[in-house]
Amino acid sequence: MKILLRARDSRWLAPAAVVGAVLLTLLLTAGPIRLAGANPLAAYERYLVTPLMSLTGLGDVLLASTPLIFTGLAVAIAFRVGYFNIGAEGQFLVGTVAATLPALYLSELPGLIALPLALGCGALGGAAWAFLPAWLKRHARIDEVVTTLLLNPVALLLVQGLLNGPWRNSETGFPDSDRFDAGYTLPALVDGSRVHWGLVIALLLVLAVGIVLAFTPLGLRLKAAGQSPDAARFSGIPVATLKWRCALASGAIAGLGGASQVLGVQHQLTASVSNGYGYTGVVVATLGALAAGGVLLVALLLGDIAVGAQNASIVLHVPTQMGTIVSSTLLLTVVAFLAARRYRLVLRRRPPRTQAPRPRAPQPQAPRPRSTQPRGPASTLGQER
Amino acid sequence: MDFPLIAVLAATLTIATPLVWAGLGAIINERAGILNLGIEGTMYAGAFVGFLTASASGSATLGLLAAIIAGALAGSLMGLLTVTLGVNQHVAGIGTTLLLIGACDFSNRILFSAGSQAVTAKFDRLFAGTGFFAQYPMTYLAFLVAAPALWWVLRSSGFGLRLRAVGENPEAADAAGIPVAGTRYTALVLGGALMGTGGAFLTLSLLGSFTLDIVSGRGWICIALIIFGRWKVWPVVAGALLFGFADALQLQLAITPQFGAVPNELLIAFPYLVVIGALAIWGRGVRYPGAYLVPYRRA
Repeated sequence: MKILLRARDSRWLAPAAVVGAVLLTLLLTAGPIRLAGANPLAAYERYLVTPLMSLTGLGDVLLASTPLIFTGLAVAIAFRVGYFNIGAEGQFLVGTVAATLPALYLSELPGLIALPLALGCGALGGAAWAFLPAWLKRHARIDEVVTTLLLNPVALLLVQGLLNGPWRNSETGFPDSDRFDAGYTLPALVDGSRVHWGLVIALLLVLAVGIVLAFTPLGLRLKAAGQSPDAARFSGIPVATLKWRCALASGAIAGLGGASQVLGVQHQLTASVSNGYGYTGVVVATLGALAAGGVLLVALLLGDIAVGAQNASIVLHVPTQMGTIVSSTLLLTVVAFLAARRYRLVLRRRPPRTQAPRPRAPQPQAPRPRSTQPRGPASTLGQER
Repeated sequence: MDFPLIAVLAATLTIATPLVWAGLGAIINERAGILNLGIEGTMYAGAFVGFLTASASGSATLGLLAAIIAGALAGSLMGLLTVTLGVNQHVAGIGTTLLLIGACDFSNRILFSAGSQAVTAKFDRLFAGTGFFAQYPMTYLAFLVAAPALWWVLRSSGFGLRLRAVGENPEAADAAGIPVAGTRYTALVLGGALMGTGGAFLTLSLLGSFTLDIVSGRGWICIALIIFGRWKVWPVVAGALLFGFADALQLQLAITPQFGAVPNELLIAFPYLVVIGALAIWGRGVRYPGAYLVPYRRA
């Protein structure tokens, strides 16, 4: 028995791998669901179908997807260019803080000025939080993975520190900020729904990023810099500069997501404002194949699962953490299946002896390529040939 | 003001212990060429499984064993993803961390209905009452056994040489007859076991109970310490002590009246900032293992 690299990737194989991964995810997660005392089939229906069957449910899905679109896009553009920003969590949180600043200190402003100001502050805040890792990467070549990761707990501490200190609620004394004035509320899209204009901003960003990545020379350069930095550098693409800019843009998008969340949903800063959206952004970006459209679809799917998980925890008493288990299992099975599809299993008997066995090569063979998989970010899904 | 130096130094050792265990595990992984971002989740799983087993069986030793097994299993999951399948290591690691934390929190919710958190059997400090030397057994083991042992293994043993060969140049290692995949699996299982041990220290020695978010970024600290320590055992231990000292210092300052005005959260963030600062000063221009992040497959 032998595992060989496939010479060609047939067209049906990738979709088949995704279907296989989804089936395996359902199978693997059935165990814990049963452990929680629920029927897996009923639970899957709750997770995937129930939220889509009612208007409120659909609204909740869109609401839950909105921050994931932001963080997913943020991670996707950074991973595209080969900058592994795993700090979207911290950038999102600092975005919420920065958007809260004008809301607390310039609370009288009318919405027309206040909202752009707060959103801009959020984006700036996210970019500022991304600045240090990006700067260290560019000027001291310090691995961005570590520094972005380390700044996540620091950002959470910043939020908690502000809420326990100067921004403590002046009426209740709880560690939540005061509620924002009317000018700092992202209006609902439809009356009576909680879906807010943040979703529109997210969709516009998806459109913009999608166009840039797919149809512009810049998009091509980013892809080249990410997938094969040496070749890109050789052909005159300023890889380090591109990484630097994408790092800051990534932080800005995550920060904008934080601003949208705090202005559109919470209407006050709370310590639980993020709920792991930044880390989930890595899942969204990877499953979305680092493409804008993919990010949108996966964000909607994970939003659906998140709402379903809330629902299932109330009706079926399956803890909400099941949502995390399902989405992370899905991530791992999908990347595993997509990687596995590049190999085929050959069960071979003794080869027919038509000619004399060749003598062993006396010396090592010519240098072979280091790996079957280039280390570029797009290889996360193993979609290259 | 009289500063309780001995107490702070003793706390330094205690705080550094989980980082030393998990850091040693991360050294083994990264020397074999694998960045294991599953470390945070693996520590979390070690903490939770250790706690669970100890509270069910009443034996802290059994809990520790279970944590080691859980860590080894988490390591083999990383192996399946990154060695056998060659998945991107950042994605596999973050996915593993998310999955393990989700699974532990889920089980925690099911087994212990919210609020009623059981207290478990735990290890006691040795030499109680001797101040600085009153440390947990796992602390002594980390500094006096595990770290020297790994240092020797990496430097002089056949396994250590194979491990480094596989991480530096898998083609050459393969040509020399070293099983690349097997060595990497061993590294991940062994490293995962050490990370699980580090997590179990938090529940089975330090706290005696399990709380959500108990690891709170210590895994990421370890990844930073590896770079800071350039993949060498003693510098990484020194980095863990540096973090431990910063953390012990902030804990001491938090109860010192003169520092009452400083926000507590700023003090808690202080050791993280120290690590980033240390990385910025001493982490420049480091040489990564040759096959870092690169999956290996015979052409």
